[in-house]
Amino acid sequence: MIDQLSWKVGGQQGEGIDSTGEIFAMALNRLGYYLYSYRHFSSRIKGGHTNNKIRVSTKQTRSISDDLDILVAFDQETIDVNIHEMRDGGVVIGDAKFNPVVPEGSKVRLFSVPFTEIANELGTSLMKNMVAIGATSAVLDLPAEAYTEVVEEIFLRKGAKVVEKNMEAIKRGAAYFTEAAGGPLAGFQLNKADGQKRMFMIGNDAIALGFVAGGVRFMSAYPITPASEIMEYLIKKLPQFGGTVIQTEDEIAAATMAIGANYAGVRTVTSSAGPGLSLMMESIGLAGMTETPLVIVDTQRGGPSTGLPTKQEQSDLMAMIYGTHGEIPKVVMAPSTAEEAFYDAVEALNIAEEYQCPVILLTDLQLSLGKQSVEPLDFGKVEIRRGTLDLNAELPEVEGGYFKRYEVTESGVSPRVIPGMKNGIHHVTGVEHDETGKPSEVAGNRLKQMDKRLRKLKNLTFNTPVVKYTPNEEADLLLVGFNSTRGVIEEIIPRLEAEGLKVNHAHLRLIHPFPLKEMKELVDSAKKVAVIENNATGQLANILKMNLGSHEKIESILKYDGNPFLPSEVFNKCKELV
Amino acid sequence: MATFKEFRNSVKPNWCPGCGDFSVQASIQRAAANVGLEPDDLAVISGIGCSGRISGYIKSYGFHGIHGRVLPIAQGVKMANRDLTVIASGGDGDGFAIGMGHTVHAIRRNIDVTYIVMDNQIYGLTKGQTSPRSAEGFKTKSTPEGSVESAIGIMELALTAGATFVAQSFSSDLKELTAIIQKGIEHKGFSLINVFSPCVTYNKVNTYDWFKEHLTSLDTIEGYDSSNRMQAMQTLMEHDGLVKGIIYQNTEKPSYQDLAHGYSQDALAHADLKMDEQKFNELVAEFM
Repeated sequence: MIDQLSWKVGGQQGEGIDSTGEIFAMALNRLGYYLYSYRHFSSRIKGGHTNNKIRVSTKQTRSISDDLDILVAFDQETIDVNIHEMRDGGVVIGDAKFNPVVPEGSKVRLFSVPFTEIANELGTSLMKNMVAIGATSAVLDLPAEAYTEVVEEIFLRKGAKVVEKNMEAIKRGAAYFTEAAGGPLAGFQLNKADGQKRMFMIGNDAIALGFVAGGVRFMSAYPITPASEIMEYLIKKLPQFGGTVIQTEDEIAAATMAIGANYAGVRTVTSSAGPGLSLMMESIGLAGMTETPLVIVDTQRGGPSTGLPTKQEQSDLMAMIYGTHGEIPKVVMAPSTAEEAFYDAVEALNIAEEYQCPVILLTDLQLSLGKQSVEPLDFGKVEIRRGTLDLNAELPEVEGGYFKRYEVTESGVSPRVIPGMKNGIHHVTGVEHDETGKPSEVAGNRLKQMDKRLRKLKNLTFNTPVVKYTPNEEADLLLVGFNSTRGVIEEIIPRLEAEGLKVNHAHLRLIHPFPLKEMKELVDSAKKVAVIENNATGQLANILKMNLGSHEKIESILKYDGNPFLPSEVFNKCKELV
Repeated sequence: MATFKEFRNSVKPNWCPGCGDFSVQASIQRAAANVGLEPDDLAVISGIGCSGRISGYIKSYGFHGIHGRVLPIAQGVKMANRDLTVIASGGDGDGFAIGMGHTVHAIRRNIDVTYIVMDNQIYGLTKGQTSPRSAEGFKTKSTPEGSVESAIGIMELALTAGATFVAQSFSSDLKELTAIIQKGIEHKGFSLINVFSPCVTYNKVNTYDWFKEHLTSLDTIEGYDSSNRMQAMQTLMEHDGLVKGIIYQNTEKPSYQDLAHGYSQDALAHADLKMDEQKFNELVAEFM
């Protein structure tokens, strides 16, 4: 019996590859297994190889695995492209329709199952994916009943007959395989799962859910991969709360419309990826200068320019910290799991209002689109804090008729009012301004307002700026990362420990302002620091060096070919370093 | 009830003496009073340029944004609080060059915002360069041999973009302009009001006298029907866009706010943000 298994389905885009994986994963999710799935796809709708790799485990896992146990292929290309990932003794199940072959000398076991033919016998070739699922289940020795609930949920609206046919397809696929293989295959049966009900969601869903729970009522956004799911979720859900989403003409409009709506008192967000963020840079400066709360999600993908739109990368980091001309207070948060993404989405809204500044909620494609099991979320932790804004405040009449919206205060945070409030009239401008918002170029006022804005974040309180695993007071190696590399790092730590290494791990959840105190302690107590990131220039490593020095011990482990790290890649490089 | 004086503040505009924008400012203040607004019910959003400073010269909530983005900001304000009256304003460079993409989409989106453009056919604050409204052959610092680009027929463009309120006026006609702005504010949906507002410093061609000579009032066109889009288009083309008055108004089409699915009848800015736990659990269950 095994504790984890890696499964992949592949074929042409538009052929139902995603739903094959989805149905397989959902059934296992219902049984209480932990799942992690990562889709390989291209920037086109139909055609082109696509695959969905799913990891099934009895323990939490958020990384793709080095090798593959089972490959389900709808075409020969799937075998050709993915065979190198197969472990010896792994199983390839191909549709008999294309006469699947594996390379000579390959140590996999190939089974040709007539997916399409069986499906056609049942009435439609569309059901070939259900036949494939059935064949897979026979390998794992999973009963067809494990799929009943999921199949009903998907197909019952099309009628009981459709449910019955799809279930029949699963059973026929399983029966065919069992007969061909002479029963379930040894070494492919998973230990029983804990039966717990867990959410199975992509990072973008978690963020979107966090936004709804955190009081977002309006969103202005422009579609882009890999961010659109956030917008799509809010389009579905916000009307239930009286809110709405506007699909704007571009990302500049998305950001500035969100600024207008936040200024007017509604929790409003926008989300995009690198190209969109580049367009939003001037708006981010406007939010900083006018002290307007603004939460922007940046789902990093391969850059530069259009880059690799559907591939993993973490190369927006510097742009998110420093982007926009001039100097403004800005917060950059980087959750590393879907669970964190949920809580951080809520917290980003609170920080933006409390500190009246832009907040970038940074993710990467692997976190945004990778689907993972999530432990139950704690609704009690969802709080709404709006800082100095009190919608019900009765404001006194003010001298000169203008409210001091930019009053110089010790914390740097000024009282906030919204349009419509009596005695709250003030002016807002991206031009340097005085306490009432009136443009002013006077040097003394300039200094007062700059210092006021920039000191706001000195008092930023942030729960868990660094997610730490620190069993060692002195470590041979400190592993550092942000966003989705958490999964691969957590996966290799036990392997490095098994080699006798003392390993600590720091995953930055707050990138900017840099968590200096926490990181200094960890870096100081490590002999070597390996910063693991999906970019070519070691951006996080440079941030560390800039803030902490220690240039001699900070090393980079980089990957920027568009694919997530495999555990073995990071493991081998770590071993080279120490 | 507030009078137009209550929409005044003590800030002295930094416009040149004789600038057309002074009258636009006065017209907005009068129109706001005429429709019965209080200063804190009004948000004036403005762009960048000489005219963009207008939000600081009117006693109301005001937001002076970034170049070309006045309309997205204004639409965001309106969506956040549908009880506010939102006036967007800026120049022809702001709205029809850098901000043209937003202008076209604000027109077709039809959110209830009144957009007043101070159109002087030139860039003033950067000291005299060509604008998308400059006529062919117009000589400026950036077109010393005369512009070879066509001027945008903005009123015609607005009609084809699906505008529900299209008007044009002249800053000298304070009374007419005030009445048009008032109608624009009262219109349910997006209203575009292009105001010829001469630049006395950099535009020596399109002067007050030039406009007096060239503008045709729609009042003088017999049988002009501002609900007739075809006639509006034809009249604009016959007069090379140089007409003033309400060119077109569609009172049938509901505003975006009234069409947006699920969008609250009450100002979103005052919505209760707390979700109840049962609802949260329902949302969570969808992922299980």
